[in-house]
Amino acid sequence: MSGETTRKPGPEDLRRARVEGRGIALRGDDIDTDRIIPARFLRCVTFEGLGEHVFEDDRKSFPGGLHPFDRPELQRAEILVVSRNFGCGSSREHAPQSLWRWGIRALVGVSFAEIFFGNCAALGVPCVTLAEEEVARLQDAVEKDPALRVIVDVEHRSVMYGERSAPAGLPDGVRQAFLTGTWDSAALLMDRPEEIDAVAARLPYVSLWTSGAAPADEGE
Amino acid sequence: MGKNLLEKVWEAHTVRRLPTGQTQLFIGLHLVHEVTSPQAFEALRQRGWKVRYPGRTFATVDHIVPTDTRKRPFADSLAEEMMAAIETNCREFGIALFDLSDDRQGIVHVVGPELGLTQPGMTIACGDSHTSTHGAFGAIALGIGTSQVRDVLATQCLALDPLKVRRIRLGGRLGPGCFAKDAILTIIRELGVKGGVGYAYEYAGELIEALSMEERMTICNMSIEGGARVGYINPDETALEYIRGRPFAPPAEAWDDAARWWLSMASDPDASYDDEVEIDGSRIEPVVTWGIHPGQSVPVGERIPRPDDLPPEDGASARAALEFMGFRPGQRLVGTRIDVAFIGSCTNGRLSDLREAAAVARGRRTAPHVKALVVPGSRRVAAAAEAEGLDEVFREAGFEWRDAGCSMCLAMNPDKLTDRQVCASSSNRNFKGRQGHPTGRTLLMSPAMVAAAAVAGEVVDVRDLIDGGRRSG
Repeated sequence: MSGETTRKPGPEDLRRARVEGRGIALRGDDIDTDRIIPARFLRCVTFEGLGEHVFEDDRKSFPGGLHPFDRPELQRAEILVVSRNFGCGSSREHAPQSLWRWGIRALVGVSFAEIFFGNCAALGVPCVTLAEEEVARLQDAVEKDPALRVIVDVEHRSVMYGERSAPAGLPDGVRQAFLTGTWDSAALLMDRPEEIDAVAARLPYVSLWTSGAAPADEGE
Repeated sequence: MGKNLLEKVWEAHTVRRLPTGQTQLFIGLHLVHEVTSPQAFEALRQRGWKVRYPGRTFATVDHIVPTDTRKRPFADSLAEEMMAAIETNCREFGIALFDLSDDRQGIVHVVGPELGLTQPGMTIACGDSHTSTHGAFGAIALGIGTSQVRDVLATQCLALDPLKVRRIRLGGRLGPGCFAKDAILTIIRELGVKGGVGYAYEYAGELIEALSMEERMTICNMSIEGGARVGYINPDETALEYIRGRPFAPPAEAWDDAARWWLSMASDPDASYDDEVEIDGSRIEPVVTWGIHPGQSVPVGERIPRPDDLPPEDGASARAALEFMGFRPGQRLVGTRIDVAFIGSCTNGRLSDLREAAAVARGRRTAPHVKALVVPGSRRVAAAAEAEGLDEVFREAGFEWRDAGCSMCLAMNPDKLTDRQVCASSSNRNFKGRQGHPTGRTLLMSPAMVAAAAVAGEVVDVRDLIDGGRRSG
């Protein structure tokens, strides 16, 4: 079992043009966030320590041997290859945090649940999609050769390994955020405070019939 | 060409187009609870930021609170630490907190609407996927992660990619013993648990228009279970009448302006949609789930499908689900013995839900082997139910009457399944391990169906217990 990555998400260079590493396949559709990190581990006020509990219950009851996250040869893998609708369910950011702290830096799958996808993006972790047969092929390949290098090319929207290159899906806005290193959206959103206040002022419910119309720097 | 509600609300709240191509959207109401917020407040603290619009954020505690005692400190030291954190954070950042000593405390998605905070035409965000509940009022309500909670606290904004809109029209009317829960479980079964990814769901049609606000909230609540982050219903007189007189409703002098603006945000008759679906609501029956996601369900009288008969892409997960649940392909669910009955949650923990369940429980007794819990969605719901004597109805029938909270919907508090227990539950998720034990099993159904199962000790068709046991329809 790997120790938790001690760094916080978001190393110095925030650009994510490509993510390269060894792959780890996790098969099965509709793997929900309760399975990624069971709710009892949400009783915390920081995200620290979540890495060791990722898939905790699934790992204890994995049919036919070791769960991929427990296999010695897959420790330090960085590219998680999943199936359909991965991350469905709760909005808990603890799910991508636990994957990130285990060591995952990018995900490849047939499809992702929307809130999970956004939560990964907010940590600088790209989730790209491939056609179903391409995902199956990649899962086979990384299971056969745990040392195989997998490249998630955000810039050119492709996934490459061995001799193969498969076209990958990634929405424009998120791709741009990864390429420019602006996926940490808070800074971007703080850029034009006067425009925020202007929108607030022109919304009738803000100015006329709900409380809390004033931004903090004026209201306090 | 007219516009749909999503387009109108989006336009009214757009601050600017970001360099990434995403939209910076102003959030009119931000709701906070104890589980997904501590790291967001800590991020503000680390960066030296304050909350930009403290008056637009309201906090309550729901996920971790025990429902059998409110005594502090909590027995669970981790829960106590989280409780202390939200108290400190709200005090330090100037945010209103409905804590355990406040008679407005409850599940965040029950509290917002019942206090009149949730209003049509708003953008609403909360660090919880069931935020879609508030769409019942014609708000665009988004479940968000903790980084986005931080963004909303710091800027009152979110960076979002556009959403498509699918209009789901439900014709007909619900028959006796059939409820909003059955309607949304039917929608999810028909459109799939990922059918809504990338979409907002607009629920419309005769069946929807006839629903009360509480029933509409049940529908919108489970949008996310169908993959849709946002679900909404166009505001109408039913919505206006619900809001009138609530603590945060517009003052009398602003009411007419508010009502006019709210109704103006409804989708235009000639609005366009990215997709449209029609479902005949009159054929909806009481639904029970048999699997490990909310799309794996059948009408209570039907057999569990055989994985071999399903489309190939659903077969593998159906097989895994049947193995986990211990069901056989083609088996009937009626007669499945239950160990626990749970009535509550943001899906079905409101007064009308408790009334429907109480109507079944009245004058009956829970089966001796069943542990049955009723957890009101909020303290106001509890008080209203007690004023009607529902607590006594439940107690006399052998149910435990608890304090408000999320409780056994996700079992972050002491209310949990053990071992291989089977729970008839009015909550929203039947995921593996969801109710607090890795091998615990969940059967989702309406509150009336849960009450019926609690009485019978096994899954039954609630229609056999109401109307003097006569089957209608």
